[in-house]
Amino acid sequence: MSNAAHPTPVDRPRSKGGPAPALTHLGGATATRARELIALYPEPRSALIPLCHLAQEQEGWLSPEIMADIAALLDLTPAEVLGTASFYDMLHTEPVGSHLVSVCTNIACLLNGAMELLEHAESTLGVNAGGTTADGAVTLEEAECLAGCDGAPCVQVNHRYVGAQTAESFDQLIADLRSGARAAEIPTHGTLNRVARTTGLQADRDQIANERAAMAEAQAQRAAAAKDTAANKAGA
Amino acid sequence: MPVTGAPKIITGRIGHADSHTLERYLATGGYDGLRKALAMTPEAVVHEIDTASLLGRGGAGFPAGRKWAMLRQSPVTYLVVNGDESEPATFKDHLLVERDPHQLIEGVLIAAYATQVSQVFIYLRGEFALGLERVQAALNDAYSHGAVGNDIFGSGFSVDVVVHPGAGAYICGEETALLESLEGKRGFPRIKPPFFPAAIGLYGEPTVVNNVETMSNLPWIVLNGGSAFAALGEGRSTGTRLFALAGHVNRPGVFEIEMVKTTFRDLIHAPVLGGGIPHGRELKAFIPGGVSAPWFGPDEIDLPLGQDEVADAGSMLGSGSVVVMDDHTCAVRASWRITKFFARESCGQCTPCREGSGWLEKIMERIETGNGREDDLDLLLDVCDNIAPGLTWPPQQTTICVLGPSIPSSIGSAIQMFRDEFLVHIKEGGCPYG
Amino acid sequence: MVDRATTTEPAHTVPPDVAEGQVTFTLDGRQVTARKGEMLIAAAERAGTFIPRFCYHPRMKSVGVCRMCLVEVSGPRGASLQPSCFVEVAEGSEVTTDSDKVKKAQDGVLEFLLINHPLDCPVCDKGGECPLQDQTLAHGPGETRFVEEKRHFEKPIPISELVLLDRERCIQCSRCTRFAAEVAGEAQIDFIGRADQLEINIFPGLPFSSYFSGNTVQICPVGALTAVPYRFSARPWDLDQVESTCTTCSVGCRVAVQSSSNRVTRLLGIDADPVNHGWLCDKGRFAFESVNSEDRLTEPMVRKAGRLVTVSWHEALDVVADGLRAATKKSGGPGGVGVIGGARLTNEGAYTWAKLAKGILGTDSVDAQLGDGLPAEVVLGLPRATIDEAVGADTVIVLSGDIREELPVLFLRLRSGIVDGDLSLVELSPQATALTPHAAVSLRYLPGAATELAKAIADHGAPAPATADPTDLAEARRLAGADKVVIVVGRPSLAEDGALVAEAVQVLARALPKATFLPALRRGNVMGALDMGLSPGLLPGRVGLEPGRQWFTQAWGKVPDERGLGTTEILESAGGSTGGEGARTDKPHRNGARVRALVILGADPLTDFPDAGMVRRALAGADFVVSVASLPGPLSAHADVVLPVAEAHERPGTTTNIEGRISRLGQKLVQPGQSWPDWMIAAELAVHLGADLHLDSVAEVWDEIERLAPAYRGITRSVLDTPGATDGVVAPLTVTAVAFSRRPGSAPLDPIAFPGVESVEQQGAPPRAGLAGARTAGIAANAANAANGSKGAPEVGAGTSGDAAVTNQPPQLAGPFEITVPRVVPTDSYSVRLVASRRLYDRGAAVDAVPVLAGLIPDSPLRVNPHDLDDLGIGTGGNVKVRTATTSLVLVAVADPSLPRKVVATDFNVPLAEGTVADLIDATAPVTELRLETP
Ligand SMILES: Cc1cc2nc3c(=O)[nH]c(=O)nc-3n(C[C@H](O)[C@H](O)[C@H](O)COP(=O)(O)O)c2cc1C
Ligand code: SF4
Ligand code: FES
Repeated sequence: MSNAAHPTPVDRPRSKGGPAPALTHLGGATATRARELIALYPEPRSALIPLCHLAQEQEGWLSPEIMADIAALLDLTPAEVLGTASFYDMLHTEPVGSHLVSVCTNIACLLNGAMELLEHAESTLGVNAGGTTADGAVTLEEAECLAGCDGAPCVQVNHRYVGAQTAESFDQLIADLRSGARAAEIPTHGTLNRVARTTGLQADRDQIANERAAMAEAQAQRAAAAKDTAANKAGA
Repeated sequence: MPVTGAPKIITGRIGHADSHTLERYLATGGYDGLRKALAMTPEAVVHEIDTASLLGRGGAGFPAGRKWAMLRQSPVTYLVVNGDESEPATFKDHLLVERDPHQLIEGVLIAAYATQVSQVFIYLRGEFALGLERVQAALNDAYSHGAVGNDIFGSGFSVDVVVHPGAGAYICGEETALLESLEGKRGFPRIKPPFFPAAIGLYGEPTVVNNVETMSNLPWIVLNGGSAFAALGEGRSTGTRLFALAGHVNRPGVFEIEMVKTTFRDLIHAPVLGGGIPHGRELKAFIPGGVSAPWFGPDEIDLPLGQDEVADAGSMLGSGSVVVMDDHTCAVRASWRITKFFARESCGQCTPCREGSGWLEKIMERIETGNGREDDLDLLLDVCDNIAPGLTWPPQQTTICVLGPSIPSSIGSAIQMFRDEFLVHIKEGGCPYG
Repeated sequence: MVDRATTTEPAHTVPPDVAEGQVTFTLDGRQVTARKGEMLIAAAERAGTFIPRFCYHPRMKSVGVCRMCLVEVSGPRGASLQPSCFVEVAEGSEVTTDSDKVKKAQDGVLEFLLINHPLDCPVCDKGGECPLQDQTLAHGPGETRFVEEKRHFEKPIPISELVLLDRERCIQCSRCTRFAAEVAGEAQIDFIGRADQLEINIFPGLPFSSYFSGNTVQICPVGALTAVPYRFSARPWDLDQVESTCTTCSVGCRVAVQSSSNRVTRLLGIDADPVNHGWLCDKGRFAFESVNSEDRLTEPMVRKAGRLVTVSWHEALDVVADGLRAATKKSGGPGGVGVIGGARLTNEGAYTWAKLAKGILGTDSVDAQLGDGLPAEVVLGLPRATIDEAVGADTVIVLSGDIREELPVLFLRLRSGIVDGDLSLVELSPQATALTPHAAVSLRYLPGAATELAKAIADHGAPAPATADPTDLAEARRLAGADKVVIVVGRPSLAEDGALVAEAVQVLARALPKATFLPALRRGNVMGALDMGLSPGLLPGRVGLEPGRQWFTQAWGKVPDERGLGTTEILESAGGSTGGEGARTDKPHRNGARVRALVILGADPLTDFPDAGMVRRALAGADFVVSVASLPGPLSAHADVVLPVAEAHERPGTTTNIEGRISRLGQKLVQPGQSWPDWMIAAELAVHLGADLHLDSVAEVWDEIERLAPAYRGITRSVLDTPGATDGVVAPLTVTAVAFSRRPGSAPLDPIAFPGVESVEQQGAPPRAGLAGARTAGIAANAANAANGSKGAPEVGAGTSGDAAVTNQPPQLAGPFEITVPRVVPTDSYSVRLVASRRLYDRGAAVDAVPVLAGLIPDSPLRVNPHDLDDLGIGTGGNVKVRTATTSLVLVAVADPSLPRKVVATDFNVPLAEGTVADLIDATAPVTELRLETP
């Protein structure tokens, strides 16, 4: 390749990894899960987003300490973790309330009263979009399209769809969230990792590599055979 | 389908409440396509897909069979499924992921076999919390069922599938940004050439990237044959396709429609489809293929839903989303909101898109709120021109990826079609629609 | 890599390896050839077409993000706009850089960059040398169409002690983040956020504390990153510059020294292909403040009635001459005088002092190394490698201190060879270093046991030392067997005798006969000083005392009768019989003479010699101490005479780096007060001793070096003045043609690669002007005089081989050498061995006199293997008592798993919780052993 920047990592130390890094804020089961997630990928850094989701389940956001732990797990600098996490809307580098209420105002929802709903939400919750209520129960967010446009205006709470909302149903929703009436369906701080891979890493990478080589070989043979047949046909 | 009478290829199971379970899936012919494929040679599978002329459903519309056939010249290392679905008003993959995850997995496994890939990543947008749960659960069941993992169905073929959540960034739907994101980085698109995924993809290895819907078609095609698929539709646009209909319609939703045989009028007005525009209002304009596409007006409503037909008329079928705007819609407000979307979602790495999107949004907001200036329309168009020189369709670009040149679509369309409305905003300092 | 021996053509022609793969394309209607795989932007530049750019940097990988370099490139589907920094030249393609479409696109990008830019040029450091400003003036829109409020960020925020960040000015070109991640390998600054909120920042509470942070300031194309020391200090149009060589360490980075009103304002890296690629370390970049220091010594001083008083040079030199004569007499021979130091001198200064000491005084007890180096014969006598050769080798074996701490830019070069190239690193070290993460194998050894490890690598049958993992050892053996092997040798620890390391080096040299060596001695011009003979047993030009006796006796009239003492022995001898504070040895003095007078050249053994007790005894025991210095250090209190000397940037001359590369020092300032250049002090002192060195100018000194010093033969002033020799000439000349190197794509320098250098040049002060300045100062006056300036020296032709005189020259050193290796006898099983390593920022004068750097000197704990710490029952961070035969200190202990058991490490010349490590080291012992106790 040329001297154009290759998008894959350039600086991966070559020597064997030392002892497992000491984690200060990712504890017990979470740390175990984290290591399992890393093992799923050919390169540890790929687990960055899954680890951020995992860590966010603890407190809802990525504190500097958590990001430092993730950096240690992935052999990155904390700046790289922050730099990457801050790119993504769902990863919070500031504290959020226990319920993140996302109101989509993109085109399909806009056409169906989303702006009015958002204004209603802002005035009843007493916060601007992006803000968190004083009781820490709700962070209100103006979202881009959530791919739920047939239920416009579309609202998600902790990334669970709650269906099209009117001003009245929205108020009820908030009341339910505060009272815990919908806690089973919408746990605090998200559910992204509720269902984890149960199977572990089943396919052994070395075995897969061998099989691939065998398959490539077989393919080459088939190609050669096909060519022969074609040649025979042409000859006949 | 009610309108064309075509079979339901990928939404057949969705009527069942338990459509996402392995039981239902197996009861409705689940994994038969995979078994059949495993009994064929990989080349034969590719050949079927090629025969089907399955166009990619992610937006660019490149034939899947061709993509794989090209790739088979050199071995492919990774297969990545694009389930980032974030194009505004697109929600068809959402349906497939939540309601028929096994169909997606089966399609993925067929594609993996056809391209001889042993590591697959399914990248799903992070906001699909339920979809992620469902796909992961389905995958766990599929592993137990012997459909994934080592030596699937005793065929000697092994493959590992990992479900990977995104975290909220539209640009990660762009395939090279998706790969960066999958590598644990910011979703900064890579420059093509040279970074075509097929050549230098995930971790620098040759990689196939296909959309969720594209994948979901594969079990049916393998079971029923490529020619059965190709018999549907017309020309290059074969088979059925999902259209997400939203905006001002009585029945918003996802509809599986035979390509070309159906028109936008059918989609919007047929009682079993869109069911017409509410409150007896008239059509003002519609966006035929996601907000990156130039708008159409009532004159184009009889265009068939076919890739080339729409392209020839100056727009694109894109992501399969159709947004309907009635005659009470403020065109300025609508295109301002779309511009704001792009300004928020620009990855920010290249100058024209990062700075241009924000600037355009500010000008649009100014006009919408009644603070526009006389020469703002020329300014808008010139700034657009500096992002997408020539303002032609398909666009040229000064940017790295096509998010940048997608920004002018809505602005250009709105100004072209509803110039007067802009002038009213500017001259009278407000919106005629209140 | 560019072949040094063959490339003599100017940079603007076709690149050297054109024959391998050449591509022809059309550039604005002209046929142009380029190297296959080359980026369009570089090919066009060489063809004379400068394409505007911001993010592209010739020393980093392209990212193609700013889009300023868009040009039209023909393709299968017609011409399209492509970033020329990201597109390789393609055979037959048509490239247009000046069409209306290109102009519109580039103007558009510029306008986009400016809409959120604060346009605060009048208060911006970059004003006057800003690529954004320049390109706006050249192409930019006349007036702004952007009426909205601009993006706002808090105005400059410190991202480290040395660098400030103004995010409003940033144009997101990612040069700084790429430098941090790609070049330095320290991704501590990164993009944060997305879209038009994308900003550069650090992680909260974790500053960009890199030794290389200043480079980001230098390559920032706007004023977003500014250096704390330079901020608001000057405007580019007030600056004058000279090209020179950094002498902070011995890598020899090329620099532009910029000044205004006889003060250095800034140093910028110059892109010297064989050496520094434009990079500098922060110490080299910012240490110039010591030159500007208010404390500079400006007049000679002599101690009278206990106090140093200002005197005339004449008087001072008389006192010195008397003192030296008296010492010689009292000791019954020239060995009564010991000369220590010299690594801060120019080559010319070092030569003149060597001639004075060895040829006039007759003492061979002269040593430029302060007990912190290696036996000079070994260093000079091994077959030498260049930096390029090390970087381009298959395997580099490193047996030295931490290269990032000692020779920072060599670290960058080696790291790049590993990360971007195919270089494999085998590290032999008692502790982990900054290179360890990049090592293919990093093998540990117990201080004192380097030879054992070297033998295990050399001889496959040899047993593996307990400290080395057998698999790693096997891998090291395999890598050492590669075709191209370069061995980097330095001093891993100051608490381990250099002879022990030299022995290991010789084992490797014998086992790997094809291997070449790169010395990693760190002091500024230590290599030049050794080459000039400032070491016992050596004469100028890498010649031994005996082989060179006849030649130099003829030239100088006299050379020492026998080999003299090194620094340790000089100090030991000087302090010996007084007993001082607990003297431990009472060895008979070699040469039968006790050192009674010490001449200390630009060094301060009190802070810089490993064994503080020995120095204190020596200073107390010596009759007469002369300090030649530019700043008053602790030594002044002990000196009988202090002679003020000119510093870097105040004197012309040459310096020699670790490769043996001789490069020019530019003079930019007039030395303060009465201070003199080093060579002149020696020459005048000779007169006061009743002799004449026959050296009246720097130029004459150089001519004599070229004539007399075999390794420097043929490197005449006219050779040094050849444009191809801008980046120096490697001695000895190995080919008949001069081994020129080429500065790629930088003649003229890409103005955006290193903005500050070029813009000052545009103001009318080209960096090469400095050489003209040096010429008038006498170094390179007339080429006619260069060949024959014989002053009673042997008749020597000007580098014409086959010449009878040349064949009479003494042979240069060649190993293996007989070195006296002390035997390491462990004290007892309770003792631990000490490793004392160097840090970049230490109490040395170069840092201590520079406030911005002095703040960065770390506090060092005692690093202990965690098991040893457990055995003591001390937790990490706890106090530990460290005891030697003569002293004890209470230090803070931290666990360091990289250390073998029974090895502790700490840093030299930095503050410890109590005392310094020099209080612990016994320079007479082969290794320093300690007892650890709970306090
Ligand atoms: C800005 C941008 C956003 C995109 N978003 C998506 C997306 O959300 N889902 C998707 O499948 N493809 C998306 N694409 C298209 C992909 O880059 C790619 O063409 C597609 O995943 C290929 O799959 P297919 O051939 O099956 O369509 C996007 C492209 C661009 C430029
Ligand atoms: S066009 Fe926009 S989204 Fe695409 S790379 Fe450039 S800044 Fe990023
Ligand atoms: S895009 Fe080429 S120089 Fe920035």
